[in-house]
Amino acid sequence: MMIRSKPDEDEYWNSSKFKAFTFDDEDDDFTRLKESKRAVNSIRSLVEEEDEEDDVEKVSWSGEPVGSISWSVKETESSIRSTGEVRDQSFPKIHTAPSLPKNSSGYSLSSLFKGKAKTGNFQSFSESFGDPSIRNYAPELRKPKSEYKDYVSDWTPEETVKRMQQGKVYSLEKFHSLQDKLLLLDEAVNAHDGNVITAVLIYLKKSLSKEILFRELITREIALRHYIHYLKEIGEQKLLVELFKSLDRTEDMALMQYRDHLNIRDENKRRDFLKNCLSLPFSPDDATHVQDHYTLLERQIIIEANDKQVESSGQADIFKKYPRKASILNMPIITTLYYSCFYHYGESDGTFSSPANIRKTFRISDKQFLLTCLGARAKLKAWFDVDALFTTKNWLGYTKKRSPIGFHRIVDILQKNNAPVQVLQDYVNLVEDAEQKISLAQKYKCHDVIINTYRDLKDRQQLIVYRGKVERGSSEYRKIEEILSNSQIRWKN
Amino acid sequence: MSSGQHPRGSEDKMHSPRDFHILFVPRRSMLCEQRLKEQGVLGSFINIDEYILDLIPYDGDLLSMESEGAFRECYLESDQTSLYHTAKGLMTLQALYGTIPQIFGKGECARHVANMMLRMKREFAGSQTQILPVFDSLLLLDRNIDLLTPLATQLTYEGLIDEVYGITNGYVKLPPEKFAAQKKQGEVGKDLPTEPKKMQLNSAEELYAEIRDKNFNAIGAALSKKAKIISAAFEERHNAKTVGEIKQFVSQLPHMQAARSSLANHTSIAELIKDITTSEAFFDNLTVEQEFMTGVDTDKVNTYIEDCIAQKDPLIKILRLVCMQSVCNNGLKQKILDYYKREILQTYGYEHMLTLNNLEKTGLLKPQTGTRNIYPTIRKTLKLWMEDANEQNPNDISYVYSGYAPLSIRLTQVLARPGWRSIEEVLKMLPGPHFEERQQLPAGLHKKRQQGESRTTLVFFLGGVTYAEIAALRFLSQMEDGGTEYIIATTKLINGTSWIKSLMDRPEAP
Repeated sequence: MMIRSKPDEDEYWNSSKFKAFTFDDEDDDFTRLKESKRAVNSIRSLVEEEDEEDDVEKVSWSGEPVGSISWSVKETESSIRSTGEVRDQSFPKIHTAPSLPKNSSGYSLSSLFKGKAKTGNFQSFSESFGDPSIRNYAPELRKPKSEYKDYVSDWTPEETVKRMQQGKVYSLEKFHSLQDKLLLLDEAVNAHDGNVITAVLIYLKKSLSKEILFRELITREIALRHYIHYLKEIGEQKLLVELFKSLDRTEDMALMQYRDHLNIRDENKRRDFLKNCLSLPFSPDDATHVQDHYTLLERQIIIEANDKQVESSGQADIFKKYPRKASILNMPIITTLYYSCFYHYGESDGTFSSPANIRKTFRISDKQFLLTCLGARAKLKAWFDVDALFTTKNWLGYTKKRSPIGFHRIVDILQKNNAPVQVLQDYVNLVEDAEQKISLAQKYKCHDVIINTYRDLKDRQQLIVYRGKVERGSSEYRKIEEILSNSQIRWKN
Repeated sequence: MSSGQHPRGSEDKMHSPRDFHILFVPRRSMLCEQRLKEQGVLGSFINIDEYILDLIPYDGDLLSMESEGAFRECYLESDQTSLYHTAKGLMTLQALYGTIPQIFGKGECARHVANMMLRMKREFAGSQTQILPVFDSLLLLDRNIDLLTPLATQLTYEGLIDEVYGITNGYVKLPPEKFAAQKKQGEVGKDLPTEPKKMQLNSAEELYAEIRDKNFNAIGAALSKKAKIISAAFEERHNAKTVGEIKQFVSQLPHMQAARSSLANHTSIAELIKDITTSEAFFDNLTVEQEFMTGVDTDKVNTYIEDCIAQKDPLIKILRLVCMQSVCNNGLKQKILDYYKREILQTYGYEHMLTLNNLEKTGLLKPQTGTRNIYPTIRKTLKLWMEDANEQNPNDISYVYSGYAPLSIRLTQVLARPGWRSIEEVLKMLPGPHFEERQQLPAGLHKKRQQGESRTTLVFFLGGVTYAEIAALRFLSQMEDGGTEYIIATTKLINGTSWIKSLMDRPEAP
């Protein structure tokens, strides 16, 4: 995040070539909202006055500032509660027909909700005898048994599908031969009605061997999709896996099986499940991720067990000072690394819980590693450790601070963890860009940095300005005085 | 569907046997009945019926099927069942409002819906409705011809409410603190309410209808103006001298009081939203979005995104941004894609590998395929980026994103005038076929349009539509010499967050 001081911000805004979403005049907008609020409040007092007058109509405002709207919300809510169905409530004030020009039909969209029997009933043959519920709009009527006589007539696949769509009695059992069954399926697919396709597939699943069914589905994409969806819905995992195998959609199958781990709560069972997933035919990238996932969970279980035990036995100070707030199980790898840097810093890379081991095993980038360690050590106020992260020895034995990310980011993180000014100062000093350095220093009150920077820039005016900001008689004040009175400096202003 | 209790179990000697009925909403499901049959209870139900809800009116010009799974099913799982129901919904619509004489479309799903409609029409050829057609044309649009728009942060008032708080079924739940009853003089302060405040949002509320589609930047002025009008109205009581005048004033009071509460509510909501839009995080995010939309640095790892991942910002925020970069760059270089993927999986968990796969399959986050980036051409030809978008008094649909004109709406706009023939090249770059179909109207039902009367077009978004796009269409409708009024329909009202969420794999609820 770039931190700029206000004058710089304005310049940035004005010079930026992108019209970011702005408020033309920010203050005015706030004023306007305040204005509107003020108006509202002043009106409220008028209303209250009105309420006291006797000749005003009694209105049931309960003193809530949100009279009519919340009232209508409550009304709607209570009627929703009684029917238990949200969707068919129309908004209290809206016309139930959209505001389109009046048409001569006299219908409105809301008549849709009055339950016209369109595709109506979906009786399958076997139910129609024992079940008195053949639907009609004269509820007590039942079709005479004589009408069922027709079921033996030969309906073609086309007729059968039509009957299914219309909710009439039908029979699939009479389609015996494979050819007939396939014709029926193709006809169902052409009708596009998902329910019909599924009904036919259920019948085919019962009456065909799976090898034959799979073979035929390969060339029938739409039916295949419906079948996959059906198997997923009824949870026939094994059959799905076989189906995918026969389709040679191995990666899809692998992902689908892997997805199931989300439903396993117990960590040991989940770990075992993931282990089994390792042999599945993932794409090379995905295979790596699954491997990492398994390895991570396996180690988290060990670390968790160990740390839990150590914590409860009170052996380690760190756990006493900073008791663990949550278990490490199923946390992402970066979170795990943070945990490790927090509780297990400095351990040799021989243990699963050491940062070094985690870094190596999971191939964590330098940047990520540094940021995570920094976060953890800063939280613990371990400033020496923080220092060590950035310090490298060059071949002459001199130490130098380096960072794969800008030092301004480091300063931010340190400040968020309440680093003392001394520490902040050191890192602000390392920021390369002078402007950024000054703005950070000003933000975090690192006087020395500011003073030194202005001195280096030979900017006398700014020093004078800054002297006015620091406390009279403080060490910063004296330092500025000292520098200002230094006759050897060739000031630029 | 979990297996319910056996209905017979509820019978006992004390109570008379009960009748059980099932009403399937929004439609009957073979799978449910199958499950019931397996449990052995299907026969116990007296009535099995369905209460068909295909298209639900959400407002005077807005219909939605509220089918959450539609985008995922159509574009990820290649399951076009929801399109069948779309076609059926449109047939019902035509039964009520007349056959639509012209059908335009762009996309695979659009083609499929049109085919089904034409076929269904043939099958019911006997029953022609004698209704004067209300719609002049229907425009079917696949969501995947414009994957960019839902990813961007909406900047209209209603759009922002949806982005921040989420509008569900026309309701929004808001933090209650700002809506607490004010303390009257001398009264001890009540405890702050802890329940979120639930508010209804639709055009029946006069003020909301006026401000919902404005750019948020113009809300302050609109509310302030309204405040003045309401104040003045209340001040009128001083001018009411005669009994007749007083009576008239009093009769207006309920309306004025309603207006006052409405103003109070929206002032509070605007304040809540303003806190967010003036935050540094919002500004930074928007800046990056606009950089991507204008084609800046879409081929490098973006440092803002990196920083957000490092700070463990919400995953969906990250996904929206990386998808946006990918869409604006026509896919990311393999190295960059791998880098983002690794950062995301390491920071948020390996299980998100499933989501990343889904995003790739739908084209939202994919590797570059070698074909050149078409996005800059599309952007230039259709003028998607309007540098000087006027937020206060907009003259172009780009105001809804403060500069970016939604591609889907531009296509709609161009179709009306001057027509798609003028952008053949660009249309070919977008996925799926584009087409035009005509449906025969019964003799004598051709609409005779008066001078200056607008055409009415129904725009159907297959896979979801955002409130900002709806605002843009409403803007087109009310344009002086626009010539077309729009009614909007969709499979689902979406925003970037709910949309991406529908593509994520989550553990099933226990």
